[in-house]
Amino acid sequence: MKKTLRAHDQRDTRQRADDQEVPEGAKPVYLLDREDQTRAKVLSNMLKQKRKEKAGKWDVPIPKVRATSEAEAFRALRSGKSKRKAWKRMVTKVTFVPDGFTRKPPKYERFIRPTGLRFKVAHVTHPELKATFQLPLLGVKKNPTSSLYTSLGIITKGTVIEVNVSDLGLVTQSGKVVWGKYAQVTNCPENDGCINAVLLV
Amino acid sequence: TMSSTADDNDDNGEDRAVLVQFVSETGEEAGPPLQALLGSTVADLKATLDAQLIVQSGDYDDQVIYKFFVDEAEVATSLAGAVDCGRVNERLLRIVYQPQALFRVRPVTRCTSSLPGHSEAVLSAAFSPDSRNLASGSGDAAVRFWDLSTETPLHECRGHKHWVLCIAWSPDGRRLASACKRGQICLWCPDTGKQIGRPLARHTQWVTSLAWRPLHLDSECRLLASASKDCTVILWDTIVGQVSRVISGHEQAVTQVRWGGTDLLYTGSRDRTVRVWRADDGALCRTLQQHAHWVNTLALSTDYAMRLGANEPGKPAPEIGAPRTELCERARRVYEAARRDQPERLVSGSDDFTLTLWTPETDKRPVARLTGHLQLVNDVRFSPDGRLLASASFDKSVRLWDGRTGKFLATLLGHVGRVYQVAWSADSRLLVSSSADSTLKLWDIGAAGGKNRLKPVNDLPGHADEVYAVDWSPDGQKVASGGKDRELKLWRN
Repeated sequence: MKKTLRAHDQRDTRQRADDQEVPEGAKPVYLLDREDQTRAKVLSNMLKQKRKEKAGKWDVPIPKVRATSEAEAFRALRSGKSKRKAWKRMVTKVTFVPDGFTRKPPKYERFIRPTGLRFKVAHVTHPELKATFQLPLLGVKKNPTSSLYTSLGIITKGTVIEVNVSDLGLVTQSGKVVWGKYAQVTNCPENDGCINAVLLV
Repeated sequence: TMSSTADDNDDNGEDRAVLVQFVSETGEEAGPPLQALLGSTVADLKATLDAQLIVQSGDYDDQVIYKFFVDEAEVATSLAGAVDCGRVNERLLRIVYQPQALFRVRPVTRCTSSLPGHSEAVLSAAFSPDSRNLASGSGDAAVRFWDLSTETPLHECRGHKHWVLCIAWSPDGRRLASACKRGQICLWCPDTGKQIGRPLARHTQWVTSLAWRPLHLDSECRLLASASKDCTVILWDTIVGQVSRVISGHEQAVTQVRWGGTDLLYTGSRDRTVRVWRADDGALCRTLQQHAHWVNTLALSTDYAMRLGANEPGKPAPEIGAPRTELCERARRVYEAARRDQPERLVSGSDDFTLTLWTPETDKRPVARLTGHLQLVNDVRFSPDGRLLASASFDKSVRLWDGRTGKFLATLLGHVGRVYQVAWSADSRLLVSSSADSTLKLWDIGAAGGKNRLKPVNDLPGHADEVYAVDWSPDGQKVASGGKDRELKLWRN
C-alpha cells in the first residue's frame, strides 16, 4: 500500500515539473534546506568613502537638525571663594570621551563632562537588514551644531558618530576587514538614556 | 684545569651522541639502533637513514625529502631542538620518518582572470584529473567549460532545467557528469561541449552528490553513483544510459556518496548514519552510527589518488589515446601508493559540530571522534598524501587534524565569515579555503612547524560576494573559485 502511494506521488511530481522556469536565489547543495543567516553584504568601496570625507558632503538619513543652543547644552557653574565667578560650564547633553582620557586640572577646566552622561556604546541599526546591534563607540565625527560640540564629544540628535563594526564581519573589495563605520544618531540621548543610531552604508 | 672544563662544556653541548632508531610511519624499523649526534640536522638524519635503507633493501631514493618526528615533535633544524636535552642519555630515541612530496607547488598570489559568463551564482567548479579542462555548474542551469590556456569560455552546455548542483569528472577525464536540482543527471564531452546520450532521470528530488567508480576498478568509467534527497543512491550505467542498481535504506536524505577503492560505497545521510554498501550487489555491509545530527560531508584518505585516476602526481599526464589497460594499470599504481598497505580511512563531518574518523572496511566502531569546532562542519578534505585532514566549519575557522589518529593539530583563523570549502595543493603543503566573507585564504601547512594557531600566508580577495566553490588543479598551477557574484576567478602564482 505504501509503495503504491509513493509511486503515485512520484508520477505527479514528474508531470508538474516540466513547465517551470529556473527560479532565482541559487544555492549550493550544502546550503539547501538551511535557513539563511542575516548577514551584511559587501560594502560600498573605500574610495567613495574617502572622497565623501574630503568633500565634507554626507548623504545622511536626517539632513536637517534643530541646532542646540549653548544655553541648552551648557549650564553655568559658579566657582570661586564667594561663588561669584561663572566661567565654568557643565555639559547637560550626552558626551563621549575616548579611552585614556584624563581631565585637565580642575582649577583650569572650563567644560565639565559629568561621568553620568558619558556613554561608550550605541544601539546601531543597519538600514537594509533592519537588525540592531550594540556596538562600541570610537568617536564623534561631527556634531551639526558647531565644531566646539564636536571637539567636546557632545552627542545630540543628528550627530555623526563612528562605531566599531568588527563584530559584523564586513569585508571590503580588497579583502580588508572593516572595523569602523559612521552612524547618525536618531534620538535624543539625554532624554532616553541610550544612543540610537542608524549605520551610514 | 682549563682542559677539563673544556671537556665538560662539550658534554653538555650538541656533540653528544644519542641512540636513535628510525621507524617508518607504519611502525617498521629501518634498521638496528645506532648512534647519532645530538646536533644533527635534517640533512644528516637523511644521510644516516639512506645508509640504513641501502643496507636493508639495497637501494634508496636520493631525491626523496623526509620530515622527521621525535615523539610527535617535528625536527625543524636539528635534533637538539626537538628533544629535551637533559633527559636524553638513557633512552632510545625513536625517530619517525615521513617521505614528503618531491615537487613543490608554488603558493597562489594573484587573480589572473575573472571569467564572467554565468548569469546566476556559480555553485560548483572542478578541474579535470589531467588539469587540462575546467568545468563549472551554476544556478542558471548551465554547465560551462573554460579554456585554461587562454582563460576564456569554451563551451556553454544547456540541458538542465534547474540549478546545476554538482559536477563530477570521470576519472579518465573524458566525460563530465552534472546533476541538477530536479534530479536529472547529464553527461557532457569536454572537447565538443555536447551532451552524451539522454539525461538520466530517476531521482524524484535533487541530487546531492556524484561519485564515479575509480579507474583502477573500471577502466571504461561505466558506473556513476548519485545520492539524492529522496533517500536513495542510484548506480547508473553511463555507457548504456540506464539505471544499474537502486540502493535504498537510508531514512532521510543522503548527503554524500563516495566510492571506495575496494568497490565499497560509503554514504552519509541526514538520518545521522554513515552506511557502507557493496557496489556489486548493493548489499549493506555496515552502518556506522556515532553522530547526533545530519552527516554533511565525507572524505576518504585515498580520495585524491582516485580523483587523479591515471595521472601520477608530479609526472606528465598519459597521452590522450593511451589504451585503457595502461590507464587502469597506472591508476592502480597511484592508488596503491596512496594507500600504503593501510585500510582506507573515512572521515564524516556533521551538524553536531564534530567529525568522526572510521576505518569502514574493517571496523564498525570509530577510530576517533574529533571535537573542537563551534559550529557545524561543512567540508572535510584529506590531504593528498593522506596524512592531514582539514575541516571547514561555519564557525569561521578551519581545523587541521592528524589523518591517521585524528589528533588535533592546528586552528587556522582568519576568515570573518562561514568557511564553505577547502582545497589542498597536490604536494599537501598548501591549503586554500573559501568563505562567505567573499575571500579565499591560502595557508602554508608545510612551514607550520608545530604551531597550533596559524595565520594565512595570502589573502585572496576579489570576489564581490560569497564564494561557494573552490578547486586546486592537480598539477598545482591554478586555483579556480566561483560564487554568488557569478564570476569564476582563476588564481596563479
